[in-house]
Amino acid sequence: MAAISVEQVLAQAEKDEAEKLRRITVQKELELQYDLGNMLAIDPNALNERDFRQQSREHLHALARDNTQLLVNQLFGLPCERVQEAVVVKLPDCTTRLPREKPVPKPRAPTRWEEFAKLKGIQKKKKTNLVWDEVHKQWRRRWGYQRAKDNTKEWLIELPVTADPAEDQFAKRIHAKKERVAKNELNRLRNIARSSKLGKVPGVGLTPTVQPTKSELGLAMQVARRSTASVGRFQDKLPREKEPRGTGKKRKFQPLIGDFSAEKSKQLEMLKLMDSKKPKLDVTRAVNRQMREEDSEAAAKRRKSQKPGRGGKQGGNRKGGKGAKGGKGGKGRGGKFSGAKRKSK
Amino acid sequence: MRPLTEEETKSMFEKLSKYIGENIKLLVDRPDGTYCFRLHNDRVYYVSEKILKLATNIAREKLISLGTCFGKFTKTQKFRLHVTALDYLAPYAKYKVWVKPGAEQSFLYGNHVLKSGLGRITENTAQYQGVVVYSMADVPVGFGVAAKSTQECRKLDPMAIVVFHQADIGEYIRHEESLT
Repeated sequence: MAAISVEQVLAQAEKDEAEKLRRITVQKELELQYDLGNMLAIDPNALNERDFRQQSREHLHALARDNTQLLVNQLFGLPCERVQEAVVVKLPDCTTRLPREKPVPKPRAPTRWEEFAKLKGIQKKKKTNLVWDEVHKQWRRRWGYQRAKDNTKEWLIELPVTADPAEDQFAKRIHAKKERVAKNELNRLRNIARSSKLGKVPGVGLTPTVQPTKSELGLAMQVARRSTASVGRFQDKLPREKEPRGTGKKRKFQPLIGDFSAEKSKQLEMLKLMDSKKPKLDVTRAVNRQMREEDSEAAAKRRKSQKPGRGGKQGGNRKGGKGAKGGKGGKGRGGKFSGAKRKSK
Repeated sequence: MRPLTEEETKSMFEKLSKYIGENIKLLVDRPDGTYCFRLHNDRVYYVSEKILKLATNIAREKLISLGTCFGKFTKTQKFRLHVTALDYLAPYAKYKVWVKPGAEQSFLYGNHVLKSGLGRITENTAQYQGVVVYSMADVPVGFGVAAKSTQECRKLDPMAIVVFHQADIGEYIRHEESLT
């Protein structure tokens, strides 16, 4: 029993060892091509078609495992070191060139000067960086800090024959320099604007934005208004539209003592216009008139029906028609309100 | 001091026309001389040409008033009539309200006219129509806005407001320092 078991154990151990070896070593007809930098292995061997047809899934699994095993074997063949309880290898440089992730950057658009230079065939001339400075008797940079022939460091400027003697030549020079810098900056921005995708940037107005603000919309409207053949002179206005503010137009008033007759005629004209715009039929007035007529009719009817019964009240009512001062009759309603009728008309 | 601009003239005329209607024409086109509107310190003055020319001799900051002040422009460019304009509103007024002697004082203290104080009212007065307020002795005492139309006035209870107060001659004493 024991002998059998020993034999069995040995056989088992041998089998295990073989299995392990089989797992580690893989036999291939053609060597794999490795690119260890990318951890890449390419298997040039032909696919076993029969196996692949019969059980493609298992076959591919096995193939992948074997190839990965080979790659890992290669990796373990590399010189390794221990960093903080972990065995690491340094991968060699990649041999396969991968395509770049982003597209190749486009060349910068030529500036206006570059275009012009190309057109005219002007070529850049390389100048030496250092030049001899006679004053300091040494080689100095052509430009920049501590340059040769630095005209900003001059303590005296000869007055040009044509110049005004009172003029500050130093200030003039500084001013000219500032002007040049500003011009250069402007040109730089212009070049950017020219090359940008927006195309032409308008001198006035706006470039289109996703969500324009209120003020931007207002500005856009103003620009659109003026963009007619008559510079917006005959452009219609909305009923209560206000004059745009901040257009640089200063308000001007008529002279204090000017043409009085013209002023008068203008005002009369305005009154005429205002009068003509009034509605001909005033609805509330018409309704009121109707109501009044109905009231007076009803009152008259009442008077007729009450005639035989109450004599004293009648007199008061009649008097009231002449005005509020109509004695005690003033209390009667009709009298109180009809009094001013004559005056109003 | 300067003439009014077109918008200013318009807003002023619109306000005036609430009280005197088309009678503004009589103010603008006067047979007895040239009168005009001038703006000074945001106030509108109705002034004759003669006085205007005399006033030009006075420095702007020294000039307090000239002619008749009709009212002033608020900061939001609305026109407000002042009681000083009453002299020109009263003769041309289209709609009038007479207050009873008892309610006269209350009105002159700056209160609204109540139904109980209403003596008479012009026929056809619409609601919110500008009206000139008279005492029963036909002396103009101020102006305001009709709170109710004539028709509605009949059925009101005595404590209801009939005319909203806008200006009264009591302001000559109450607002002496600000009136010009």
